[in-house]
Amino acid sequence: MNLIEIKHLRKYYATHKAVDDISFIIPKGSIFGLLGPNGAGKTTLLRMITGIFYPDQGEILFNGRPFDPRTDIHSIGYMPEERGLYKKMKVGEQALYLAQLKGLSEKEAKDKIKYWFDKFEINAWYNKKVEELSKGMQQKVQFISTIMHGPELLILDEPFSGLDPINANLIKQEIFDLSRNGTTIIFSTHRMEQVEEICDRIVLVNQGKKLLDGEVKQIKQDFKQHLFRIGVGVMPNFAQMATYHFSIIKQEGLAYTVKLSEGSTTNDILMHFIRQEIPITYFQEILPSINEVFIQQVTSITDTAAGVANESQPAYS
Amino acid sequence: MNKIWLIIKREFMTRVRKRSFLVVTLLVPLFFAAMVVIPILIATNSKEEKRIAVIDDSHLFMNRFPDDKGVYYKYLVNTGVDSFQHKYADYGYSGLLYIPEFDIDRPAGITYYSNAQPGLAVESRITRRVNDLIEEERLKKVNIDASQLKAVKSDISIDFKTGEEGKKGSSAVAYGVGYASGFIIYIILMFFGMSVMRGVMEEKVNRIAEVMISSVKPFQLMMGKIIGIAAVGLLQFMIWVVLIICVQLLLPLFLSGDAVSAMSEGGTMMQSSSSAAAMEAMEKIQFVVGSVNWTVVITCFIFYFLGGYLFYSALFAAVGSLVNEDPTDAQALTFPITLPIIIGIMVMISSVQNPTGPLAFWGSIIPFTSPMVMMARIPYGVPGTVPYWQLGLSIGLLIAGFLFTTWMAGKIYRTGILMYGKKITWKEAIKWIGRKA
Repeated sequence: MNLIEIKHLRKYYATHKAVDDISFIIPKGSIFGLLGPNGAGKTTLLRMITGIFYPDQGEILFNGRPFDPRTDIHSIGYMPEERGLYKKMKVGEQALYLAQLKGLSEKEAKDKIKYWFDKFEINAWYNKKVEELSKGMQQKVQFISTIMHGPELLILDEPFSGLDPINANLIKQEIFDLSRNGTTIIFSTHRMEQVEEICDRIVLVNQGKKLLDGEVKQIKQDFKQHLFRIGVGVMPNFAQMATYHFSIIKQEGLAYTVKLSEGSTTNDILMHFIRQEIPITYFQEILPSINEVFIQQVTSITDTAAGVANESQPAYS
Repeated sequence: MNKIWLIIKREFMTRVRKRSFLVVTLLVPLFFAAMVVIPILIATNSKEEKRIAVIDDSHLFMNRFPDDKGVYYKYLVNTGVDSFQHKYADYGYSGLLYIPEFDIDRPAGITYYSNAQPGLAVESRITRRVNDLIEEERLKKVNIDASQLKAVKSDISIDFKTGEEGKKGSSAVAYGVGYASGFIIYIILMFFGMSVMRGVMEEKVNRIAEVMISSVKPFQLMMGKIIGIAAVGLLQFMIWVVLIICVQLLLPLFLSGDAVSAMSEGGTMMQSSSSAAAMEAMEKIQFVVGSVNWTVVITCFIFYFLGGYLFYSALFAAVGSLVNEDPTDAQALTFPITLPIIIGIMVMISSVQNPTGPLAFWGSIIPFTSPMVMMARIPYGVPGTVPYWQLGLSIGLLIAGFLFTTWMAGKIYRTGILMYGKKITWKEAIKWIGRKA
């Protein structure tokens, strides 16, 4: 079951196409990474999913029905990249206000505030003004006010920016907890190491277009370069390593990075080492990081564009 | 609807709970009360006396200086002006009036010496006294008896009645009330309009706007703020009306008590005349209260206050949404909005003197200026000076006007509030009006 289905979404501004024919799905309960370089159209996409902007074309299905901002907005919690709170307002009143605007009654909102303030141990701040808090503390308050109304869909735009490692970890654990309890989470970032750690699925956008989407595991498989790392017990001599099954990419002490040749299998590699009586200490497949996929995809698109621009000149490469 | 109510409540509460709200709310009526009470108190309690020495080398005015409201003249003979003009203070005089020998047709050289400035009132009193005496001398010269001349002079007052019912009115009072109402509306438009603009700017610069807009529609956010601030203004106005009425009710008690004590102190000429001045002031206040149709004025005032506020505050909100981090942008962007308000106050100042002229008419019909200009005309009388059809047309156009500006501002606001980093001009903003979100 998909919580969100996005179909051929377009949003054009006067000068550029912010979102140009993007489609993807977000399964219920998944942690979904929305990736892209700055200016790729992530914020515009999120603003359409949160009902702030209407798409020029295309459709968003929420729980299988067309997305209706008037009602579905209550099922969404959105924490924008640029955090904002009323500086002069007290923390507790602010949380109460934002929760009530998400449709909670005053009593419900107060119960939730008590629960979350206890959980994050920030009860002492209830009567403090937001401007008296440090930036990291404000982030916590912002995070709590985003999740307080128990949204089905939680949208976090760079949720860890400006947080110290301890608080970042606290929020990360909370994201996992929420996900286990069935909350679907859209996680927008350009920090790739976080994506691999947290996300189940991703979509990669650049210049308003979708480059790829799917499960993180699958994408890694799809973009693998057939690279393996082999650890050996003794240094082999040059002749011992000569074979058509693989080529050596890199050697670091007793570890080799090798590329499997087409038509060969991993067992052919191992068999070769065994026949040469080179002791193997370990054997491991090297999968590309999402970061590598990201950079490769984004730069190849840019290269293609440059290639098109230079079409008149013959290219020998 | 529930959400807009929450926003109104927040905007209202955060402003009302501020210390500055209490200060402004209490200080303004105090200021008005002081403007009424202090002159009366000064009239009642002025105990300052001036003793003036007169040296008259012309010998025309021998002992013809009667004492006058705390100014006492002492006619000195056989005293040289050259020596005395440095010594008068030692004899307890506050000043020296020197009258040289002069030609009655071309008087010159009359001089008043004093250490401190005598003050405008005393100066004019002395001047008038000397002029009166010279006039008397001239009359004598052409053989006219001063008392005969007095008998011939006319000094009647005409009752100016206005309207069909022949209600007794006063142009001076209508002028005062009209001017004050027009001016207060001007201040409200500027003050609360800027307040709306600052509120919107704060939301945008603090980046709370995007969080808010993921919960409420931009239009709800804008209207919540506008209505919330209007409620603050109304509350403030109500408190002022109540306080001013209280002061008005307390004023007679306060003043008559003072007058009674003045009487019992022995009833010298001066004191009884000053309590009479206080009575006169009271009568004046009662005349002012009685000669204007306050129900109409206050009802219209509240309407034009709200109408004008809604008309302009939406535009101010739109400007607030266009401003980025740099507050100097705001100045250039507000100019097209403050300009008609300033034109309005100028038209108001001229209309209050000529409430039926074409400038006053058009100024009170066009919604850009009508809140100020119409309020300047209304105290002159409805339907006497302002016919019902004009009032109706003006009200209708103002309502249509604020519906239009609010709609237009809503469109600009919606786009502007999420637009960062770019300097936006009015030209671009106008283009957003026709655009879908």
